[in-house]
Amino acid sequence: MSSMDNELALILARVQFAFTVSFHFLFPAFTIGLASFLAVLEGLWLATGKSVYANVFRYWLKIFAIVFAMGVVSGIVMSYQFGTNWSVFSDKAGPVIGPLMAYEVLTAFFLEAGFLGVMLFGMNKVGKGLHFTATCAVAVGTFISAFWILSVNSWMQTPTGYEINAAGQFVPGPSWAAIIFNPSFPYRLVHTTIAAYLTTAFAVGAVGAWHLLKDRDNPGARVMFSMAMWMAAIVAPIQIFVGDLHGLNTLEHQPVKIMAMEGHYESHPDGAPLILFGIPNSAEKRVDFAVEIPKLSSLILKHDLNAPLAGLDSVPDEDEPPVGIVFWSFRIMVGLGMAMAGLGLWSLIARASKKLYDWTWMHRAAVLLGPSGFIAVIAGWVTTEVGRQPFTVYGLLRTADSASPLDAPAVAVSLAAFVITYFAVFGAGVWYIFHLAKKPPEAHEAGLDGKPIRSAGITPAPAVIEGEPS
Amino acid sequence: MIDLTVIWAGIIGFAVVAYVIMDGFDLGIGILFPRFKVGPERDTAMNSIAPVWDGNETWLVLGGGGLMAAFPMAYAIVLPALYAPLIAMLLGLVLRGVAFEFRWRDPAHRPIWDMAFTVGSTVATFAQGVTLGALLQGITVEGRAYAGGWWEWLTPFSCLTGFGLVIGYALLGAGWLIWKTEGPLQDQAYRFASRLGIALLIVIALVSLATLRLEAQYYQRWLSWPGILATSQVPLASLIVTVLFFRSVKRRQEAAPFFYVLGLFGLCIVGLGVSIWPDVIPARVTIWAAAAPERSQVFMLIGAGILVPVILAYTGWAYWVFRGKVGTDGYH
Repeated sequence: MSSMDNELALILARVQFAFTVSFHFLFPAFTIGLASFLAVLEGLWLATGKSVYANVFRYWLKIFAIVFAMGVVSGIVMSYQFGTNWSVFSDKAGPVIGPLMAYEVLTAFFLEAGFLGVMLFGMNKVGKGLHFTATCAVAVGTFISAFWILSVNSWMQTPTGYEINAAGQFVPGPSWAAIIFNPSFPYRLVHTTIAAYLTTAFAVGAVGAWHLLKDRDNPGARVMFSMAMWMAAIVAPIQIFVGDLHGLNTLEHQPVKIMAMEGHYESHPDGAPLILFGIPNSAEKRVDFAVEIPKLSSLILKHDLNAPLAGLDSVPDEDEPPVGIVFWSFRIMVGLGMAMAGLGLWSLIARASKKLYDWTWMHRAAVLLGPSGFIAVIAGWVTTEVGRQPFTVYGLLRTADSASPLDAPAVAVSLAAFVITYFAVFGAGVWYIFHLAKKPPEAHEAGLDGKPIRSAGITPAPAVIEGEPS
Repeated sequence: MIDLTVIWAGIIGFAVVAYVIMDGFDLGIGILFPRFKVGPERDTAMNSIAPVWDGNETWLVLGGGGLMAAFPMAYAIVLPALYAPLIAMLLGLVLRGVAFEFRWRDPAHRPIWDMAFTVGSTVATFAQGVTLGALLQGITVEGRAYAGGWWEWLTPFSCLTGFGLVIGYALLGAGWLIWKTEGPLQDQAYRFASRLGIALLIVIALVSLATLRLEAQYYQRWLSWPGILATSQVPLASLIVTVLFFRSVKRRQEAAPFFYVLGLFGLCIVGLGVSIWPDVIPARVTIWAAAAPERSQVFMLIGAGILVPVILAYTGWAYWVFRGKVGTDGYH
């Protein structure tokens, strides 16, 4: 195998991982928030007895079932892809990150899967109280899953608590807490979890707004839109604040990633500008057509207008991440975050004026921002993961030294198979979600069994006979 | 002194067995699916596994994730060696997994998702069988890495094990349907069970004989004196279980056939253990050579020790909730 083949195989493996993980990430980003939303709705229903909550619950439960199934199957792929395509990384980092992933399976996946069946199909089997417990168990499971996998990811970004053995493997040091609670983990966990909640809020808000535009008196659409806008108004600003803290943490532990995000090719000994827009030109090591605000970057990152900030000129070329991708993905994420907070503010004004369900331009804006969470999540993910390059374990293990000894044709074929299957299968899934979301929430919303009266019976059978005793 | 590596080999083994037992029957229903009539029969077959398939597949994730955590070197060698079958398995699982939801959402395209359910289930099963065969026949290892090509796994033997597992899972699926359904679907499942039982018996015999010829290690384990006194109990017990299985089908017992098939699977796994123990990659790498350091083992053992019983308890509860016969529109 020539070195050019090796290089091709490496690039294909990277594309494959990026493709499969990005697709996968969309689903848990939605289910983490949606599971909590469903738990809150069911709790409100149990507490108040208002049927509108039960109807909105059933409405989103149908969508949840589809998203969750897609998340599960695309997640199984991930758990094997570490080994199939990144075997050297797995061998070397396995003793440290493997146990964390095993804990994810034991504490989260089984919990979610074990209670999902009851949550989807068991209402008439176990009664309301136990059913609510099952819903909460699924919601908690999604969060625990995020906890472990983000700990793993954070350890790859800011590795601590490890030792290196004679075989060149990373092995755990005396303290597991030092591994799990590595420096970037708390920030990444909070930032990502909030992102998941916002993703769900804007998706739910868009569906609510869409139906308000058609019928502003629809009670289900009102509940969706109002709850979503509370999230936008309260949580989006918190997210901006948390994101800032996360950025400062990155500056401390991965300054090169910040240089790429900011487009700072040059060091600025007396105050660095904030480049709002521009086209990073890595060949010439400058940002073309830059629109910048002098000294603002130093103010944001160091809280001092004149604080010096090092640039990529202080870093060897072979240790730099691809600047263009990181620069742009970061701006997409931040821009969407600002837009989300803006809609939240708008909704507060509308609410104060008692016009929350009347301002159609606000509803249109909410529909437009429906996918904003998904795009922001992927953009943020790209920022942090591409910003980690050219390493898998930051500063310690290069991506080029992490891949499996596979021939390029093998990876090319698998990549093509993934692309075709994912677009076909998940494309269909997304289409079904739109199909479900197109229908307005009804006063007697059907459960997963296609029947309005039995709250949630069993997967709907087209052959169901109305009124058959259960 | 307790050997943590042995305990971890036991836990991974347990996860694999749990997976084969639990996902085996629901993959099997996918394999048999096109043989059932469109309408109530297919709906019932699907409904009988809809609430549990997701939990069943989680054992596969535990097997894979656990292997990475407890035996990272083995994970790093085996997965690239079996690249093509494993990717095929994953794509198969994607196809069949979404079919559970999609077929109900889109009656116009139901035939497509029914086909995805069958093709996905069959491909995933065949790939798992191929994986087993490829490991048994031996893979090329150099140092800490796989050193063979990307078609090394493909031999008549690995195709035989792949084919064998398709029959085995289909039989498990038939057993499950006998237990969980009634009427024409159950009648059909009884018919399948008889035929698949005979086919499985033939395949097990072929695989067993072929395995003996693969490595000197296997041959000696099974046939050297006096070990043969112990090892011969495995085929003898298999024979007895097979007889009981056919008798239970003939007497139209409802739960027994499924559990006899499980017993047969259990004996096959015991037989596998006889051949390969204590290797994590058969005849290549032992569990001790591939083991993670003690700190990793201890940390995970605490979690597994507490959580696996809890998981078994609530998984058992979920099965209990959906106990009894299943009808076309769910559980009555």
